[in-house]
Amino acid sequence: MKHNTIYIFIIVLFMGNFSFAQQTPGTKQTKPIAIIGATAHIGNGQVIENSVIVFENGKITSVNTTNPNTSGMTVIDAKGKHVYPGFIAANSALGLVEVDAVRASDDQDEVGFMIPHVRSLIAYNTESKVVESMRPNGVLMAQVSPKGGRISGTSSIVQLDAWNWEDAAIKTDDGIHLNWPSAFSRGRWWLGEPAGLKPNKDYAEQINEVVTFINDSKAYLKGDKTPKNLPFEAMQGLYNGKQKLFIHVNDEKGITDAIHFAKDNKIDQLVIVGGAEAHKVTDLLKQYSIPVLINTPHTLPASDDQDYDMPFKLGKLLYDADVLVGIQVGNAENFQTRNLPFYAGTCAAYGMDKEEALKLITSNNAKILGIDAFVGTLEAGKDATLFISEGDALDMQTNILTHAFIQGREISLESHQTELWKRYSEKYKNQ
Amino acid sequence: MLLCFVCSTSLFSQNYFPKNDGVKTESHNYHAFTNATIHISPTETINNATLLIKDGKVISSGKQVQIPENTTIINLEGKHIYPSFVDIYSSFGTKKPERAENSNSPQYDASREGYYWNDHIKPEQNAIEGYAFDAKTATELREAGFGTVNTHIPDGIIRGTGSLIALSPTGTDASRILADRSAQYLSTRKSITSNQAYPTSLMGAMALIRQVNYDAEWYAKGLSETKDRSLEAFNNNKNLVQIIDAGSKMNDLRMDKVGDDVKTQYVIVGGGDEYELIQEIKATNASFIIPINFPDAFDMEDPIMANTASLADMREWNQKPSNPAVLHKNGVPFALTLHDLKKPSEFMPNLQKAIQYGLDDMAALAALTTVPARIIGKSSEIGTLKNGSYANFLITSGAIFDTKTTLYENWVLGNRHEIVPMNTKDIRGDYELQVAGTTYDLKISGEISKLKATVKTDTQTLGSKIAMTDDWMSLAFSSIDTTKQDFVRLSAKISNTANLNGSAILPNGNETTFYAKKLESKDAEKSDDSENEDNKESKSDIKIFPVTYPNEAYGFSERPKQKTILFQNATVWTNEASGILKNTDVLVKDGKIAKIGNNLSAGNAMVIDATGKHITSGIIDEHSHIATAAVNEAGQNSTAEVTIEDVVDSDDINIYRNLTGGVTTIQILHGSANPIGGRSAIIKLKWGESAQNLIFPNSPKFIKFALGENVKQSNWGDYSRSRFPQTRMGVEQVYTDYFTRAKEYEALKKSGKPYRKDLEMETLSEILNKDRFISCHSYVQSEINMLMEVAERFNFNINTFTHILEGYKVADKMKEHGVGASTFSDWWAYKFEVNDAIPYNAAILHNQGIVTAINSDDAEMSRRLNQEAAKAIKYGGISEEDAWKMVTLNPAKLLHIDDRVGSVKVGKDADMVLWSGHPMSVYSKAEKTLIEGAVYFDIDRDKQIRNAMKQEKNELTTMMLQAKNKGLKTKPIVKKEDELFHCDTL
Repeated sequence: MKHNTIYIFIIVLFMGNFSFAQQTPGTKQTKPIAIIGATAHIGNGQVIENSVIVFENGKITSVNTTNPNTSGMTVIDAKGKHVYPGFIAANSALGLVEVDAVRASDDQDEVGFMIPHVRSLIAYNTESKVVESMRPNGVLMAQVSPKGGRISGTSSIVQLDAWNWEDAAIKTDDGIHLNWPSAFSRGRWWLGEPAGLKPNKDYAEQINEVVTFINDSKAYLKGDKTPKNLPFEAMQGLYNGKQKLFIHVNDEKGITDAIHFAKDNKIDQLVIVGGAEAHKVTDLLKQYSIPVLINTPHTLPASDDQDYDMPFKLGKLLYDADVLVGIQVGNAENFQTRNLPFYAGTCAAYGMDKEEALKLITSNNAKILGIDAFVGTLEAGKDATLFISEGDALDMQTNILTHAFIQGREISLESHQTELWKRYSEKYKNQ
Repeated sequence: MLLCFVCSTSLFSQNYFPKNDGVKTESHNYHAFTNATIHISPTETINNATLLIKDGKVISSGKQVQIPENTTIINLEGKHIYPSFVDIYSSFGTKKPERAENSNSPQYDASREGYYWNDHIKPEQNAIEGYAFDAKTATELREAGFGTVNTHIPDGIIRGTGSLIALSPTGTDASRILADRSAQYLSTRKSITSNQAYPTSLMGAMALIRQVNYDAEWYAKGLSETKDRSLEAFNNNKNLVQIIDAGSKMNDLRMDKVGDDVKTQYVIVGGGDEYELIQEIKATNASFIIPINFPDAFDMEDPIMANTASLADMREWNQKPSNPAVLHKNGVPFALTLHDLKKPSEFMPNLQKAIQYGLDDMAALAALTTVPARIIGKSSEIGTLKNGSYANFLITSGAIFDTKTTLYENWVLGNRHEIVPMNTKDIRGDYELQVAGTTYDLKISGEISKLKATVKTDTQTLGSKIAMTDDWMSLAFSSIDTTKQDFVRLSAKISNTANLNGSAILPNGNETTFYAKKLESKDAEKSDDSENEDNKESKSDIKIFPVTYPNEAYGFSERPKQKTILFQNATVWTNEASGILKNTDVLVKDGKIAKIGNNLSAGNAMVIDATGKHITSGIIDEHSHIATAAVNEAGQNSTAEVTIEDVVDSDDINIYRNLTGGVTTIQILHGSANPIGGRSAIIKLKWGESAQNLIFPNSPKFIKFALGENVKQSNWGDYSRSRFPQTRMGVEQVYTDYFTRAKEYEALKKSGKPYRKDLEMETLSEILNKDRFISCHSYVQSEINMLMEVAERFNFNINTFTHILEGYKVADKMKEHGVGASTFSDWWAYKFEVNDAIPYNAAILHNQGIVTAINSDDAEMSRRLNQEAAKAIKYGGISEEDAWKMVTLNPAKLLHIDDRVGSVKVGKDADMVLWSGHPMSVYSKAEKTLIEGAVYFDIDRDKQIRNAMKQEKNELTTMMLQAKNKGLKTKPIVKKEDELFHCDTL
C-alpha cells in the first residue's frame, strides 16, 4: 500500500512540476511558511513527532508541537512525512568536476605541491548537472574541496541552489587541505621489487617539508611580507584560528603523526579526513578533541583480513569512543555524493542509533566544518535549509522529497535527469 | 692426490680431429671408487661397494666388481656416492633474449615473416642456438650437486626446444650436449623480443596455445598455401615432452585444462603452492616440476607495520616448505628445480627445510634424479648409477641431505670436480685447550669447509676466529683481559684428528706450544645441541598450520556441506505468483528448496527461528568482474576465442564479501576493451571450492560485446589511435565483418571440405546458431539500435544490453527486438557517454515490459545490491516485489538460469538469504547465505572466524619474532594490494 501511494505521488509530482524551469534558483522567501504534522528529525539526536516548523525570511523561527496561528503563512500539510535539516556533504568535488573522464570538465586538481592560495570557490559551477542531482536526495550544502599535491588549496562551503558562486557561498575559504604523506610507497615492480606496499622511506622527510613550509610561512607573516608570497599569505587563516586544517590521512601511524604535527605547530583547528584507522587512535583524538570525517562507508575493507563490515561500522566505533564524527565523500566518485543519506543509513544499520547516524551528515558535519551556528539542525534561528521527505530519508526506499528549502527559498527538485525521465515517460505514454 | 685425476681430462676428446699442439694423448683408463656406500638410485643402496667408470660412463657397480689393470683406485671408505642432480627447468648458457624497443603506438601485427602470425609463438626456437657453456654458473650448479640440466630459452609462450647439458667444464660441447632437442617448453608469458599486443591476458595466452595446436594440425595436413616455419617446428616438436611454466596452483590447473583440450599431458612447472589445492593438483595426473623458494619470515617488530601483514602471507611462510612433502604424500610425481631461487647455493638449505617439514629423503632424491630423468625420457642415461649411465655422481661424507654432510666432489661425465677437499680432516668437536697454563673450553663446529670456533673460560666467552687451510689450522682468540685488544694465536698441522697440538703466540709476543685434548664422550651428545644452535628444528618441533579453503582470510577449515535446514516463521519473498508470504516455513533439503508452507515438520533438520526475518532467493549479479585473474583481452578488436572460465580465481576475497551481501550467483563478464569481447563465466560463489567447481553447472553460454568509448579507445590516450575502430561508425563494420566471416566459416564447415578450426569463428558461429547469448556493454541510443539492427540482419537476437544507460530512450525498440536490460541503479557522470544516464532508467525499461536487472560491475557495490534494488523504488516508484526481482529473478532470466535459481520455489536450488529485516531496507543485513543448501556465510560463524584468525595471526607473529631472534633472515612486510577490476581494466 505504502508504495502504491508513493507511486501515485510521484506521478502527481512530476505532472505538477512540469512547468518548473530547471536550474532556476528559488526566489527569496516572502511569506512565512509552516510545515505541519511531520516527524521532525532535528539533527541533534532529537525527534519531534507531529511537529510544527515555522520559518520566515529564510530563518527558522520555531520548531515545536503546538499549533500556531498560521494566518498569513503558507501551510504545508506534511502529516506522515518527515522533515530533515539539509544534508551537508563534506570534502566534495561538486561544481569542480562535471564528467570524470573528460579533462576539460575537471577543475579540481591544480599544478603545484604546496598551493594553499588556490581557492575552489571561484571555480564552483552552480549550473552543474551533478549539483542539481543532489537536491532531490536532500543534499543541500557541500564543502567544495580541491585535491592533489601536498597542500591542495583552500575549500569553501556552498549551498546548492544559486545563480553564481558568490550567492552560493555560505562559508568562504573555510579551510586548507593537506594530504598527509603516505606511510607506504608502492614497490617499483618494473625494477623487480615486490609490487605491494612497503614502508615509505621518505616519510620523515616528507613530513619535514610540510613543517618547513609552516615555519617559513609563519616567519614570513611576522615580517614585512615583502616580496609578496601568495602561498604563505594564504596560510594566515590557520594561525589566527579563522580556518581549519583538513588533514587527509587514513592510517593509524599517519593520524597519530598528523595530530602531533598540528599540536607541535600550534594549529588548533584540525580535522582528520578519511580516518580509516581512526578507531585505533580514539584516545588521542579524544584527548585533543579532534573530529574525524570518515570515508563513505560504501567502500571495501582495506585488506583481505579486515572485517567485511569495517567500513560500515567505523562511524559507530568512533561514536562509541566519543569522537566527533561526520561523513565525507572525497573517496567516492563525484556523482555518488547524492548517496550521502544512505551512507548515514548504513552507519545506522551497523550499530548506530538512527538519529545519531543522521547527525553524521547534519549537525556533526556542520560542527566539523564550522557552520553549525547557522545550519545543521532544525532549530530556531538557523537557516531554513531543510526538506520534507515521504519517509525515512536515510533509506533508499523512502527518501522521496516533496519539498526542499534553502535559506527559506523553495527550490526546484527537478534536474536534467527528471526532465529526461518525464520526456521519455511521455514518449511511451503517447505511443 | 690431485694429480691422479689429470688423466681424466682428455676423455671424450674428438679423436678424428687434427692435432697441432702436441702428440695424441687419448686415455681410456678406468676409475674405481671402492668401499663406498653407493646409492645407485633412490631405492637401491649398496654398502661397502665399488663403482667402476670409464670414458664418462658407469661400467659397473656392486660388491664384486672386477677391477681391470689400468684402473685408478680411489678408496671412499665411510663415504657415500649418489647420482648427481638433474634440473630440467633451466636456462643455463642460453642466449639472453633482447627486449624489443618501445614503439609510438601499439603493435597489433607480427614482426616476423614466414612464421606464425603471433610473435610470442616460437616453437622454432632452439636452446642450442646461441648457446655457450657458462663455466661460472656451471661451477655454482655443481657445488649445489647438479650434474645435468635441461636448458631452454625462457622467452615466449611457445618457447621451442630445450637441450640437455652436462655441467662439465672439461672437454667441449661435443661431449657436454647430451641431447639438443629434448622437450618443448611453453609458458603463459609473452616474448620480450616483440611488442605485439596479443595476448594481453592469461586467458588470451591460453586461447592462443589452443589455436596454435589446431592450426598446426591443419598445417600438417598440407592445407596451408603459405609456409609457416613456426607451425612446421611445432609439428616437429609434437612428440617431445611438453613442459609448461604455470607458476601457481591455479595456473597449474588452468594449463592442465588447456592440455586436455589439445590432447597433450603437459609437465607442469608449479609455483610451490600446490599444497593449497592438493586434491585438484593430484587429479591432473600430471608430473610437476617444483621450485623450492620459501619466503623468509616478516620482520614483525614494529606492531603497526605488523598489522599490515596478511594472514595468507604469514601462513605462506609457515606452510610453503611443506609443499614437497604434501605432493609426495599425495602421490603426485614431481621433480625439483632451481628455478625461482636467486642462487644455486640456496637450494640445499631450502631442500633440507622441506625435509624438516616432512619430505621423505628418498622422495627428495628421486625428485632430483630419477623423476626428472624420466620426465625428459633419459632414465637410462642420467639420474641413476646403473651400468651404462653417464658417470655423473656426488661423493659425500654421509647421507646427502643431512645438514652435517659435506659434498666433496661432483663428477660429471667421469670428470672430477672438487668442492671440498676430501682429505680435509674433520676436527669438529669439543676440546680442552691448554695454553700457557690456562685451560679453555674449545668447541669447533660449522661446516668442514667453513669452521666456527667458540673459546670459553669458566666465566667468559672470548671472541675467536678459526680457519683450516691445507691441513693447517689457525685459531686466534682474544685474551682474557678484554680491556686490552690483543689475541692469542694458535697454529697446528693436523695429523691426528683426536687431539690438536702446535705453536701459540701469546699477546706479549712470546711463543709457546699448546695442546687441545678432544673430549670424546661429549661429542656425541653435543651433536644434537649443535643442530639447535644452527637453528634447525627437528621435524616434531615444527607447527604447520592447517590449510583452509581457500587458504587465506575467512577460509573454512572444512568446505561447507549441504544441510537439511528448516527456517520457521519467516517473511518469504517468493518472486512467484504467491508473492511475499508472511509467517512461513521453508525446508531446505539435498541442496534444493523442499517445502514452503506453515508448520512444516522439522524431522532431523536444523531448525532456525526466522521470526521477524526475511528470506529471499540469493542475489544474482549479471555484471561482475570479481573472482577472475583477468578481465580484458585487449590485444585485438575481437577476442571471442578467450573465456573467463579459463581464469576464474577462487581465492578472491570478494567472493566472501559478496556472500556477506547475499549474492550467490554472478556472471563474470569479459571487459569492454573490444567490440567482440570474450566468453563469460557464470559461477556460484561457493567460497572454498576450486575454480572449476564454482562454475554454474551446465551454464548457458554467454559472450561479452561492447560499444562506445571503451571499444573505440576514447580514454586510452593518444598512444592508442591506430586500432580499428576509433569511431562508432567503425564498430558496426567490425560486427558486420566478423559475422560475415563466421557465416562463411560455418558454410565451409558444413560443406564437408577441409577447414582450419578457428576458436573465434567457432564462438561466433554459436551466436549465429543461437547457441550463445550476447551481453553487450552499451550506453547511447544510436549504438544500441545499431547492434540490434546488425543482429537482425544476421538473424539472431541480442540477449542482454548491460549498462544500457540510455535504454530508456529506446525501450520500445528493445521490446520489439526482445532484448533484456541489466543496468546500474544510479551511476552516471563518470564519462562523456553517460551524460544522459538517469536513475529512472530501470523503472522506464521495466514499465515498458523489458526484463530489467540491476547489476554492479563493481566489487564494492555488488555486496549491497539489495540497496541498489531499493533505488528502483525511489527512482520511478517500482513496486517492492518488482524491484527485488531486479537483483534476483530478472538477472536469472537474462542468464537463462531461472529454471534453477532466482526465486523461492520448491525444486529450485536452495540458494537463499536470511535477512535481519526487509531485504531492501538500508538497515538490514544478510545473516545467512546458502548455496545449494550449504551455508557459505553465517554472521555468527564470521565472528568466530575473526577470532580464530586473530589468534592464528598472533601465534604466527610470535613464531616470526622467534625466527628473527634465532638469527634467521627476515624481510620487510609488504602490504598486499588487491587489484579490483572494472569493465575498462586492462
